Amino acid sequence: MDSLFSSGASSGAPSATSPVKAVVLESSDIARAMKRMAHEILERNHGADGLVLAGIRRRGVPLAERLGDEVERIEGVRPPVGALDVSFYRDDIEIRQPADVGQTTLPFDVTGKIVVLVDDVLYTGRTVRAAIEALVDFGRPRAVQLAVLIDRGHRELPIRADYIGKNLPTSHREAVEVRLAEIDGADLVVITEEPS
Amino acid sequence: MVKHLLSIDQLSPSQIELVLKTADSFREVGTRTIKKVPILRGRTVCNLFFESSTRTRISFELAAKRLSADVINFTGDARSSLAKGESFKDTAQTLQAMGVDAIVVRHSSAGAPHRLSRWVEASVINAGDGAHEHPTQALLDLYSIREHFPSFDGLRVGIVGDILHSRVARSGVAALTKMGSQVTLVGPPTLIPPAIEGWGAEVSYDLEGVLPKLDVVYLLRVQKERQNEQLVPTLREYATFWGLDRRRVELMKPEAIIMHPGPMNRGVEIAADVADLERSIIIDQVTNGVAVRMSLLYLMLGAADRAVEEVPVG
Repeated sequence: MDSLFSSGASSGAPSATSPVKAVVLESSDIARAMKRMAHEILERNHGADGLVLAGIRRRGVPLAERLGDEVERIEGVRPPVGALDVSFYRDDIEIRQPADVGQTTLPFDVTGKIVVLVDDVLYTGRTVRAAIEALVDFGRPRAVQLAVLIDRGHRELPIRADYIGKNLPTSHREAVEVRLAEIDGADLVVITEEPS
Repeated sequence: MVKHLLSIDQLSPSQIELVLKTADSFREVGTRTIKKVPILRGRTVCNLFFESSTRTRISFELAAKRLSADVINFTGDARSSLAKGESFKDTAQTLQAMGVDAIVVRHSSAGAPHRLSRWVEASVINAGDGAHEHPTQALLDLYSIREHFPSFDGLRVGIVGDILHSRVARSGVAALTKMGSQVTLVGPPTLIPPAIEGWGAEVSYDLEGVLPKLDVVYLLRVQKERQNEQLVPTLREYATFWGLDRRRVELMKPEAIIMHPGPMNRGVEIAADVADLERSIIIDQVTNGVAVRMSLLYLMLGAADRAVEEVPVG
């Protein structure tokens, strides 16, 4: 049971046994991407007024915190940062049930705000769909935008990211693994591939 | 997760931890303006109650509704088909034919949920069978204890009252000892079952001697409907010897908590003012009951046993 429940806790995370095929981003690359995305968010929204960040658990949360830090460095004010757990909004409970359910903590009222959802990997788009549904249970945002560290393609829903750290064309057999210091001890993005 | 929940014995400590941890997330859902999530949309849960119950049935109904499941209530009262002579098995097969996904069953006979589980495809959850078990009560009690103590390990819990007729006590002892707590059963000798040795709990007939050692004082309801069995002379005498009043609360450790599965008989097993003390968490137990039952329904009706590695997650 335990092994079952621990699988697939993060977006696009492969099984730990898959061999690493390529290193995509090093720690410094990730830092630069976050900095650029923070600038893009501020440029697009003309500043940090009414801006809030909502990280999608788990790895979207530390990324949202980092974007919050970058925005603060640029603008002098830190936008509120929250965490969104989308387990109860997924459409695939029939085939795959997340057991590592976390808690949603949104320390702000979303109504009237520009909410930037933050996740590590954008793939099918199903997590983002669930996140939008979860978010609107808390109120009516003025706008919802999406920031992801990696966009690996293969969308199954009409969803696209507004801010992208890196576009990374992949095959279905590959998996993108984002490791973050806050959770995994060090920053790194790799592509792994299951042995065929 | 298990397909049916008939007894606490079915669950491993790690499965119990998972139920409690997942319940944390549902506690948060219960604090929102919209206290409902869509995850069990399209599923049907049937509350099949052959014995009167208000709080357990409402708690399950609310839990299922907050998960967006559809709920039907089948109560074995004078108006139902049971009064027309339909057997338990026929009722089960009727529900089966209607395609329910889970059946929450309460029955006055021990073992009825177990029987039911062999007749139907649906998941069966025991909501109390005779004097046998009430596993979801034990899980919500564990959850409520966990909010006050960092670990179950070594925790001393006293369960006071009518142990003989209590499914709450049976499931509670099983769950607490499994998690490493020490349980002492306290009550008049007439209300302690004869074969108590196999329970893995201590027995004491000295409430005031035990109280100073306990972290949790769990009071059982005096089942007034059993008055004619002559096991206790009078309710007043019960209150005098076994009731928790202010004087006895003074004997408890400062951080010890008071619990009760409800409904309370104020002035019998618990003095009216004691029930309202800060350290009495009886109302929290009710709130937690909904979250724990949501957690169970979610874990039992989901795909936890069907891992599909190739399904993309992003």
